[in-house]
Amino acid sequence: MTDITTEKARIGAPSAQPFINGFTEEGESLSPLNAAESKSPLAGEAVKRHSHGGGVGVPDSSRAGRLTSYKLADFKPLTGMEEDWRFTPLKRLRGLHTEVLNGAAPSVSVTAPDSVRVETVGRDDSRIGSAAIPEDRVSANAWENFAEATVLTVPSEVQVDGEVSVLLTGQGTEASAQHVVIVAEKFSKSVVVLDHQGTAVVSENVEIVVEDGAQLTVISLQEWNDDAVHASSQQVKLGRDAKFKHIVVSLGGDLVRVTPSARFTAPGAEVELFGLYFADAGQHLEQRLFVDHAVANCKSNVLYKGALQGRNAHTVWVGDVLIRKEAEGTDTYEANRNLVLTDGARADSVPNLEIETGLIAGAGHASATGRFDDQHLFYLMARGIPEEVARRLVVRGFLHEIIQKINVPAIEERLTEAVERELAATNH
Amino acid sequence: MSTLEIKDLHVSIDTEQGTKEILKGVSLTIRTGETHAIMGPNGSGKSTLASTIAGHPRYNVTSGTITLDGEDVLAMSVDHRARAGLFLAMQYPVEVPGVSMTNFLRTAKTALDGEAPKLRTWTKDVKAAMAQLRIDADFTQRNVNEGFSGGEKKRVEILQLELFKPKFAILDETDSGLDVDALKVVSEGVNRAHAEGNMGTLLITHYTRILRYIKPDFVHVFVDGQVVEEGGPELADRLEDEGYDRYATGAGAATIAAASAAAQA
Repeated sequence: MTDITTEKARIGAPSAQPFINGFTEEGESLSPLNAAESKSPLAGEAVKRHSHGGGVGVPDSSRAGRLTSYKLADFKPLTGMEEDWRFTPLKRLRGLHTEVLNGAAPSVSVTAPDSVRVETVGRDDSRIGSAAIPEDRVSANAWENFAEATVLTVPSEVQVDGEVSVLLTGQGTEASAQHVVIVAEKFSKSVVVLDHQGTAVVSENVEIVVEDGAQLTVISLQEWNDDAVHASSQQVKLGRDAKFKHIVVSLGGDLVRVTPSARFTAPGAEVELFGLYFADAGQHLEQRLFVDHAVANCKSNVLYKGALQGRNAHTVWVGDVLIRKEAEGTDTYEANRNLVLTDGARADSVPNLEIETGLIAGAGHASATGRFDDQHLFYLMARGIPEEVARRLVVRGFLHEIIQKINVPAIEERLTEAVERELAATNH
Repeated sequence: MSTLEIKDLHVSIDTEQGTKEILKGVSLTIRTGETHAIMGPNGSGKSTLASTIAGHPRYNVTSGTITLDGEDVLAMSVDHRARAGLFLAMQYPVEVPGVSMTNFLRTAKTALDGEAPKLRTWTKDVKAAMAQLRIDADFTQRNVNEGFSGGEKKRVEILQLELFKPKFAILDETDSGLDVDALKVVSEGVNRAHAEGNMGTLLITHYTRILRYIKPDFVHVFVDGQVVEEGGPELADRLEDEGYDRYATGAGAATIAAASAAAQA
């Protein structure tokens, strides 16, 4: 009885813990960025001059107006007040935004069937820049500094049995840059796993091209060591009737910031963006995604789920979905769910939906951040299940919804075990 | 033979307006093999009694006792009460996303029995019980109560009742929201569990309808947090004809309480 009463007392009560350093009770330090008189590089005139995505007439607050550039110099040094950096503790980026990224990049080891072409290429390769353009300073810094890129190509009409596994192993704490290009040619079908392990301080750009009629799943696993810092811009460009599934799983690392962007270039394409994160004490796990519905009749579905436990565990989810004027017939839904398991953790969740045409099939967004639900707990305990077992049952169930979308048994098993380990850590 | 004894139970909840007393001295004794019906108008505290017995944290017991074979139920945690043999079929069963029925039933059974059920017989038992309650086999693959209709949720509560074999079952308005067919199926399930002879039943209901299928030995009428009248099954018939109007609170309440006290004496 005492257990559940304690639980109850916490519900809705203000946390006894102090707020995370640098954050007010209301949240982040609010950015003056979008104020009309702002001279910041990411707003106002500067955007109009530099932007490759927006331009004149795009409101400063629109995601379409965000500065994109291959040149680091186009991005002003970060202050932490920028809209897209306001939740990130810059001090913990370990120089990814300020240093020349010339440390040893994580080593790349690819296991793939013979049908998949694996190449290591120089900066001048024609495929560099085929799907992505940096959307922030850290990404541009990697673009300017990467030495060589790994290019994976799934040839036309090839259906790959099993998954293509890319193991990226960190080489230490010197700030480094990484570049990966994945090309799924027409009507191919494949699954690629980016498996990030070890210790690294790395800014990574992943370019993904899904050509007409191709189906591609990319799973990005961040199971770094506790001291790793990882910023990853993962941008996909979709052709006609292309299908792309993206699953981001962030469990390990001191600071992990994944920014997936999906751009439709022809009608009939479909993206599913899923994510799972589990933040422990002190960890900062951030995900900011962008779905750009620039053409008609495309579909997007976004679901990110996160669990948090421990003091100063911090997760951030920002979902920008833009339905441009041309994108009639768009069908989109995005949702984020967070489960806060203990006091002292913080989940920020910001779904943004911009709609410039009313002629759409559907558009929705949802966000819910809850404590472990007392009603769930009561129901399970009323059936004799002890609190600790009930708690695990629910968290496992909560996260399993994402794990089961992976469809690669070995990885599902590995992640289920990883989640169990995270849960076991709650018990003391 | 077990006894669930409730003595002079006072229960309150915390509201924004302050503490509100809901149960104002309830006494009730249920023995194995007995079926007690608790009837009363909305807001009379029937469900509060059910939830309090199960240990819902929202309800604060301010005085009185609940004992199961002499053991202090109020000192037990929610899960401990269930393992001691109390089962609450809930009025609004909770959806638990991500937890499959199969996993849930097996986990609960394991917790209740202190050991995992033998897989082969267990699967067979579950299947058979589901068939009798006309629950589709694919429900085992679905998440607990998720997307179930009101009637399906109630049937799944009774499924648990049959599988978990408690000493005392508290059915909190299990009949509400059921059509006649579902009501029959659910009642049959309760009767089957009861027929095994090791269970006492506390049946909480607003309507007399379910009492056509589940025969109570005792009927208690609840008004404003108190038992105002007690009797045998004939009392239910009378309620069916007359409704709860004659228990209307106000000047009459004292008279009724006095009459009921006299009847008990």
